Amino acid sequence: MRVVVDFDLCESNAVCMGIAPEVFEVRDDDFLYVLQEEPDEALRPKVEEAASRCPKQAITIEG
Amino acid sequence: MHTLERIVIVGASLAGLRAAETLRSEGFEGVITLVGDEPHAPYDRPPLSKQVLRGEWDGDRVALPAGRNEALDLTWELGVVATGLDLERRTVVLADGRALPFDGLVIATGAAPRHIPGTEHLAGVFALRTIDDATAVRGALDAGASRVVVVGAGFIGAEVAASCRERGVDVTMVEPLPAPLARVLGLEVGEVIADLHREHGVDLRLETGVESITEGSDGAALRVQLTDERVVGADLVVVGIGVSPNTGWLHGSGLMIEDGVLCDDTTMAAPGVVACGDVARWPNPLFGEVMRVEHWEHALDMGAHAARRLLAGDGPGEPFAPVPFFWSDQYDRKIQLAGRVRPTDQVEVVAGSLDGRRFCALYGRDGRVVGALTMNMPARVIRYRRQIAEGLGWDRALAAAAEAAAPKGP
Repeated sequence: MRVVVDFDLCESNAVCMGIAPEVFEVRDDDFLYVLQEEPDEALRPKVEEAASRCPKQAITIEG
Repeated sequence: MHTLERIVIVGASLAGLRAAETLRSEGFEGVITLVGDEPHAPYDRPPLSKQVLRGEWDGDRVALPAGRNEALDLTWELGVVATGLDLERRTVVLADGRALPFDGLVIATGAAPRHIPGTEHLAGVFALRTIDDATAVRGALDAGASRVVVVGAGFIGAEVAASCRERGVDVTMVEPLPAPLARVLGLEVGEVIADLHREHGVDLRLETGVESITEGSDGAALRVQLTDERVVGADLVVVGIGVSPNTGWLHGSGLMIEDGVLCDDTTMAAPGVVACGDVARWPNPLFGEVMRVEHWEHALDMGAHAARRLLAGDGPGEPFAPVPFFWSDQYDRKIQLAGRVRPTDQVEVVAGSLDGRRFCALYGRDGRVVGALTMNMPARVIRYRRQIAEGLGWDRALAAAAEAAAPKGP
């Protein structure tokens, strides 16, 4: 599984960070950082939840 | 408990669609029928007052992907208005005379904008709720409307004002309260938002209402008479004075209607009937308050919860206890609130500053943190959201914030 964020769409709402803090982190500079681009399969449900709840639909999962 | 074979979802927007998705992801294999009064496939509303109004996005870009997901195997009744509910026969009555039978019902009919009485017939006066509204307002702007009056400085009004200013249009925003959003966020934060709009050139008329709107005679299309006796000419008026839940079709059904469909704490309104989104009122055990919430994320959460509740059947069901959350984008500022706040709450800025328009403010009541509001500090609001769900105490929160702000020693 590979996590891809469309940074043209991302508005740093940080909703994803609330759901999967292991993968997504919005820092004090207000930018989103993807901490693991290829997270462990065990994180899939959380990452899928984060993708579906992104207000900008900026997160996609490949594979 | 009957077997669930046919589920009808009335309301084909975010909450209803998420309920449908969740029914499928939880393994429901029966027929799901979605009834929507708009002719359009489900779409996302937040961009309407922003990207769509600014002219950056076309209307078709707001479609919700799940609405086009054929794997969900949904049956659509779009452009169809539900006019009644017969709980005895277990049918939803439609405007065209048909009756849709159901074993399980999800009520997700949302809310409709309030209008200023006497303006319904006027061209150039709009609410902003649907894609058709947004297309009409944008059309008026594209056609050269250069003077806009925004009635109501709530979230919709404030976002419309910001989008219009970004298009270079003159904006007068009229608000009966002493500051924008004062009823929700209190005066102190409301004044920050007032300054933000003034700085961007909005002519903000506070503590002022609209007396009447009539057709103009002096070149302007519309004449807006304010309660302070002044008159403003406008090509376009956008009214954002709140919404009312769409419960008219449920009158006489036997369901409890009190500014929304009254549910138990699990989202159930009657056996086999659940409600979610803007139309639903339920006791949130986390705040000890019966509430109705109109936020985007709430529609998702409650839609999913209501679907699971329906599938649980006669079982007890889980209480629905979210920390409400919303965001609003105005100019280059992102305002986010987690929690349930009142203007009478204690307010303490724990990071950043109001003057700098980058801050985090906590709202407290009865020794607990009940809300966190941020402007351009998204990570903080998300962290506080989790802590509010865990029952974060007021004193502990202030101490932790002071410690985090202190210079790291030695």
